[in-house]
Order: sequence, then structure tokens, then C-alpha cells
Amino acid sequence: MNAEVGIGARVKRKEDKRFITGKGKYTDDVRVDNQAYAAFVRSPHAHAKINGIDTSAALEMEGVIDVLNGHQLTGDGIGNIICGWAITSKDGSPMNMGPWSALATDRVRYVGDAVAIVIAETQALARIAAEAVAVDYEVLPAVAASVKALAEGAPQVHDNAPGNLIYDWEIGDAAATDAALAGAKHVTEISLTNNRLSPNAMEPRSAVAIFDTSEDHYTLYTTSQNPHVARLVLSAFYNVAPEHKLRVIAPDVGGGFGSKIYIYPEEIACLWASMKTGQSVKWTSDRSEAFMTDAHGRDHVSTAKMGFDENNRIVGFKIDTIANFGAYMSLFSSAVPTYLYATLLSGQYDIANIHCNVRAVYTNTVPVDAYRGAGRPEACYLVERVMETAARELGVSPAELRQANFVRSFPHQTPVIMNYDIGDFDANLEQAMAAADVAGFAARKEEAKSRGKLRGLGYSSYIEACGIAPSAAVGSLGAGVGLWESAEVRVNPVGTIEILTGSHSHGQGHETTFAQIVAERFGQPIENVSIVHGDTDKVQFGMGTYGSRSGAVGMSAIVKAMDKVEAKVKKIAAHVLEASEDDIVIEGGAVKVAGTDKQMLWHEVGLAAYTAHNLPPDLEPGLKESAFYDPANFTFPAGTYICEVEVDPETGEVEIVQFTASDDFGTIINPMIVEGQVHGGIAQGIGQALHEQVVYDDDAQLITGSYMDYTMPRADDLPSYSVHHASTPCPNNPLGIKGCGEAGAIGSPPAVINAITDAIGNNNLAMPATPSAVWKAIHAAG
Amino acid sequence: MTKVTMTVNGRKVSRDVPDETLLSQFLREELRLTGTHVGCDTTQCGACVVHVDGKAVKSCSALAVALDGAQVTSIEGLATNGELHPMQRAFNDNHGLQCGFCTPGMIMSSVKLVETAKAAGKTLSEADIRQGLEGNICRCTGYHNIVKAVAQAAQEM
Repeated sequence: MNAEVGIGARVKRKEDKRFITGKGKYTDDVRVDNQAYAAFVRSPHAHAKINGIDTSAALEMEGVIDVLNGHQLTGDGIGNIICGWAITSKDGSPMNMGPWSALATDRVRYVGDAVAIVIAETQALARIAAEAVAVDYEVLPAVAASVKALAEGAPQVHDNAPGNLIYDWEIGDAAATDAALAGAKHVTEISLTNNRLSPNAMEPRSAVAIFDTSEDHYTLYTTSQNPHVARLVLSAFYNVAPEHKLRVIAPDVGGGFGSKIYIYPEEIACLWASMKTGQSVKWTSDRSEAFMTDAHGRDHVSTAKMGFDENNRIVGFKIDTIANFGAYMSLFSSAVPTYLYATLLSGQYDIANIHCNVRAVYTNTVPVDAYRGAGRPEACYLVERVMETAARELGVSPAELRQANFVRSFPHQTPVIMNYDIGDFDANLEQAMAAADVAGFAARKEEAKSRGKLRGLGYSSYIEACGIAPSAAVGSLGAGVGLWESAEVRVNPVGTIEILTGSHSHGQGHETTFAQIVAERFGQPIENVSIVHGDTDKVQFGMGTYGSRSGAVGMSAIVKAMDKVEAKVKKIAAHVLEASEDDIVIEGGAVKVAGTDKQMLWHEVGLAAYTAHNLPPDLEPGLKESAFYDPANFTFPAGTYICEVEVDPETGEVEIVQFTASDDFGTIINPMIVEGQVHGGIAQGIGQALHEQVVYDDDAQLITGSYMDYTMPRADDLPSYSVHHASTPCPNNPLGIKGCGEAGAIGSPPAVINAITDAIGNNNLAMPATPSAVWKAIHAAG
Repeated sequence: MTKVTMTVNGRKVSRDVPDETLLSQFLREELRLTGTHVGCDTTQCGACVVHVDGKAVKSCSALAVALDGAQVTSIEGLATNGELHPMQRAFNDNHGLQCGFCTPGMIMSSVKLVETAKAAGKTLSEADIRQGLEGNICRCTGYHNIVKAVAQAAQEM
């Protein structure tokens, strides 16, 4: 009906103009009257007692407004930072959450832990003054690696977490899985590490806190993926201000990837400092600070056993995982290695018996939380590395082994909570194999050999759970919030439409995609639809954007609100046109009586609603409806990725010669934007597989503290991608959407490592597969 | 404080600034041209690239007072008379941006990459474009569509 801009159209992005002309408005671009600047005094030690803080030298500097510490902060009743998802250990005990004050009081627990905030007239002065604050530290032993933190005699990070254990949790039937493995014809065993990553959104975190003394009202501009959640937590848990006295604005945000979900110490401290000093306080992280303070991702150490019967069918899968949580429990940290990880360990396969044990561990490192994929990349990496390894051991092709075990009947209940609603895993595998020309691989391998190169092919058939999430379901599993989404549709008297959404766009293109479904539904030009988001004073509430939820959940809320608008439009038109409501249709931008030439133009209905001169007697004026949408189930994006590499045995260098993706995202609104999400996700997955690694030394000092030390994938490190879709629409939401934001990052790492290990003939290779690591693996295989 | 005078986006501007003021700070804080972004502190990410006397420069690593008399073009000055530069249009056409933060630097580097190649009579291959953008980090796009955008603009420029 609206083919050029509606569902399925490759509409160019409406939001681009401001970004390509330098007119985007990010938090650091905000500068208000009376602007003061903050810098943080941070611990240079991974673990130390604070015996005293001497701020006198800093306070004497001209232009320094104040230096505030943790005792003052807690003295003012500012609450500790919380983890919002309660996990219960298998013995029934609650998780051991150690206290986390936005400014440390007695002890620092990682390099970068904030001790004091300095407020000064300029940013440069704030930083110089922070250097002048003398903190008397008594250095304590520290531990960075999760496995070492669990060892006897390890330094204790929190007094209330003996042995550094946060929880010891399990899912699935241990006895049944053990029995299945004991009876298996073949058991494949694997040990692997999912390397620790830094999310590295290109825009560093930033906050501008404005306290209005006349109204006791706060405004916070911040780099957030979920401004309403930030307001809720700042208000309800950190006691910064009651919600009606706190406005949170997340303007243009330069990427998130999970790292901007959380409410960090800096935002809390800036808000509080703006009240203490009566100045507007601005803080912007630099990149070194980002490496030291932005929540990291991954960092799992796992062992797994998968058993097969004589037909190569999986009979049991047993996993033991240790998850590094860093020094404090970040907002969603506890959910990542449990309900976002272990629940996906069935992969695309019909497995009767699964058991997974997870121990979450404190260390003296940056807190670890959700990073693009959050638990699902760790699950996918484990499952798909095991599958490829098993195929090699069993002497069958990786595709055949997967096909022998695919789930083909839906809905499918796995033994680890998830109920897969729909999918066609064969279709994605076959599409990827055709696009990657797997049939021609042997010839390409031979040709590469003639040039002295080792060529390899690797598969990954991923599944993930998105559409986060049914509120009652996550509530029963320990979540502290509901995970619905809200929307409001405002039709103005002139017929233009504003959509207020609780989702937040920080690169995903919502201003275009969301407008497309509205333009299609009401037959309006897409220029007449605007999307409003990111401001708690404009949008009533919202849970924000993460977990690939904005399409499946956020747009479903818009559809629900549009249903209500349409119903009212029909009532008004039926009344004015003297027809039955049932005969009214919206067609080609007009509201018509079906089968007649009687109609009202869209804007005439808008005007009629607001003039209210001729409305049905029981109908309120105006044309504005809102809706809350709570999903019925998770959604399950799935697909197959095939990576083809060439390895130079002389140098260990890996070139990705072809990367093919076949994804099932359900309904796709804007293929251009969806493909862009896949490209970016794959790049981050390749980054994890080949380049990226957060490194701490034995004293828990951060070694990778800048782009000189942490390898970000650059344009000449990456290939172009071959991206395809084979879709089964999701039956559980009105548009049939599954979500596409994280798939690339989830599916790609095992495909890359499976390809390299295939090429070099040694399965013992860890991420990141740097030239040095690959060279060593080649020579170890010798 | 030192007085510095530059021509920025065709307009002559003078300011008294501390000697340690970086060009990126001069543009962002003194002139409030906030399209030039700072994404790192080690001259690695390229979000701050502008043109100084016809060269692509990382403005986070140049001192403003050292550029007295310079001609500077930032992202805000790339379009002429309201008409987008072919590189800006190509980024929109090819979905070469997502969050938009690296975009100003990416576009300014790409313009100079194409201009330099044209001046040398060289046609840019995909590999040339990828290598030429090595100094600009993007975390969103995986570079795929950026490379396509630069290739398109190279045809049009």
C-alpha cells in the first residue's frame, strides 16, 4: 500500500542529515550557563584501603569549586549502586552482593575506582586539581583472573562474598545428563575461554547535571540507552531526587552496545555534586577512562562435554562455567551468565539432557555486564565450537552433524527454560552454504595450497533469545523490573503524526524504521511522521533499547497504540460521513466508506477530532492514544554463518576471504538498516575472534588502557560481508519481528575460530587468534 | 593566553586561548562547532579529523596557537550553499553511518582520500579505500557500507 516507505522498503535514514553535517547533538555538545566541570580522583591500585584523603592542595587552586568524597556522599543518603536481577544459588542462598558506593569510602577494588569528585571552572583545571588530591592508600593483594579468585587463599574482594563467590547456580537435570553422557557412544570434551572485551562505543560516556535551586529540580543529560530506567534507579535506589524532580535526557548517543545501559558512579556523583555546589556539573570520559570504567563484557572460562549416540544424535550436554564479574555487581551482570547464557545452551539442536553450572566470581577488575549479545555469544561460542570439534572427531561434515540434530518441530521446549516458537534452521544452513559456495571449497583450498596458504571453512549455526522480555516470566526468574515497552501516537490537528517511544536510538535508525510502520499503516508521507524519544519529560515511560528489543517490543507497542488511533479515527469518520464504523477503511491516506466515494482526508479527521464540533456524543475530543506492550514470549532470531579464511603459515596471519550470513529475523521493516546491524555485529564478532582482548597483569593492573594497546578492528582488518535472509515471521508479536541487533556478534566468533582451526589442523586455539597465537598453534600441531 | 587567528569554514575568527588549547577544543569550545568529535586521547580513532590548509589533520593532536593563519574546514563547512558534498550524500545513500559519532571524521578523511587519489590520477580499489581509512575507527557499521559510500563518492567527485 505504501511500497516506497512501508514495511520492507529500503528507506534512506531520516536522521542522517544532522549527523553528516555535524549537527548531531551529543551530551558533550551540551553546555549550559554557569557550567562547571568535573574530574574524578581514581585509584591507581587494584585493591587498597583508604586511610585518608587530603584535598587541601586541590582546594587552594584558583578556580576549584569543591572536592567531594565518598563519606560526604553516603552521609547525604546517596544509596549504593545495585544489581537489578536477583539470582539464587543452587543451595537456596541469595547472591552475595558487595556494597558499591559511587565514591569509595574505605576501600578501592579496581584500578579506576572513583574516590573523589573535583569540581572546577574548566575541564583542564578539574583534571589538574584531581592530580593534586593526595589519597593515602594501603595497598592490598589483588586478583584479576576468575579462576585464581576462586582458589584457596586468594585475596578477598568483598567481606560478604567468601571465596569471592557471588553465586553457584545451576540449570537442568545433572543426574539425567550424567547418565546420558555415561551411555553415549562418543563424548566430545572441550575447555575454552570467552575473552574479555571492552565495548568501545565511539562516543565516550558523558553527563551534564543541572540543579535548579528554585525548584529543587534536577536535569541530567547523559549517554544512556534507557533514560527512564536511569531516572527510576537514580530516584528509587540512589535517592538522588524523586522521579518528578528529575528529568533525564539522552540526546544523540554515539553507540552503546550494552555499555550505556547502566547507571554509573559518575552520573550519580555529578547530580549530587550539582546540588552540593549549586553549579551545573559536566563530566566527559576520555578513552583511557572508558577502558578503566565502562563495564566490560564476556570473560567466561568453561569446560563442556557433549555425548552422541550411534546416529550422531546428541544425547547429553554438560557445562561448567566460571564468570568474572569484576569488582562490583553491575546492573544486569547477574542475569548475563545465567538466564541470557545457560538458557541458550541447547542451540539449534534437539537435546534431551542439558546441565550447566555457573559460578560468578568477584575479582579486582572493572565490573562486567552485558555487551552486545550478553551471554548469548558465550553460549553460541561454546555450542558451536563443540559441534565443529565433534564433527571432526566423528568424521562427519559439520553441516551433516548439525542437520542430524536440528530442531524441526515447533514450538520446541528445551530442557533449559526456552520455548522456541518458530524457525527453519535447515533453510538458513542451506542458504548460507549455497551463498558461500561450499561445494567449491575443496578446489579453492587446493588453489590456496599452491600459493603456500592454508584455507579453512568454519560454520556457526546460532540461536538467541530477543524481544526481552515477558515481564511475569523474567519477574519469576529474579528480574527487578518488567520488560514491556510503551508508546504514544499523537495525531496533530493538521494530520502530522508524532510517535513517542520508550525505545532509544543510538545508531539503530529508529527515526526511520519506526516512521515506516506508521507511514504504511495510515498511508501518510514519511516526512509527516516524527519519532520522539530519549527524554523523560516528553515520553511517559520506557524500558529502553538493549537485547535487540526495540523492533519486537518497542514497535509492537506502537502498533498497539495505532490500533487504538485507528478505532477512534473510524468512529469519527463514521459519524461525520454517516456510515457504519464497520464500513470505514483507511486507504491511500484517506478515510473512506468502503464501496462508495464518500471519504475524509486524513488531516480532515485530525481537524475534526480537535475542533470537536461534530463528534459522536460519547467521544472525547483529540486524537492521541498510548499503549504498553508486554511480550508473550522471547523471540528467537537464528541463522547460519560460514567463514572462509586463508592463513599464512609463515606469519600466522589470518585473512577472512569470505564471510557469509543467513539470518532469520522474522519480518524485516528496512532491509538496509537490518543489514547494517548485521555488518556491525559481525565486525564486533570478528574483532573478538581475531583482535580484541582486555588484559590485566598479575597485580590486576589494566594493560590495555588505550587504542595503542587494545586492538580495535579497522577497515583494512575486515572483509565485505555477504548477508542473506531466510525468514519465518515470529508468531508472538503483531509485526512478526524477531530482532537483529546482536545476531552478528553472537554468530560470528565460532565461525571464525572453526575456520582457522580447520585451516591449520589444530583445534587448540583461543580467542583472540592473533598472528602470534595462530603461528604457535600451527607449530604446536607440527 | 595567545591570540590566534584562523579562517574556519570560510570565516575569519580570532580568539585569545591558553597555549595548550588543542584545535579540537578550539573548534568545539571556542567556536562551538561541535560536529568535530573526540573519541580517544591517543590520536587513534580519527573522529576529530578536519582539513587544515588542504590536509586531513587529527585536530586532537594539533595546538591551536601553532595554526595561526591556517585555513580550516570542519564537517560544518563541507556542504556548500546548502548543497551536501558528494561524500555526505554517499554516506546517506549507502547507510554508511549508524550512531553518527565517527561520521564527521570519517567523511573528512574520506574526502581527502579521494581528492588525493584523484590528484595522483589513481582509481581507488576497495583495498585502497580500506587502507586509506585505517586511521578512522567505526564501531557500528563494520565498515562495509562506508567503503561502498566512499567508492560511490569517488565516482561523483
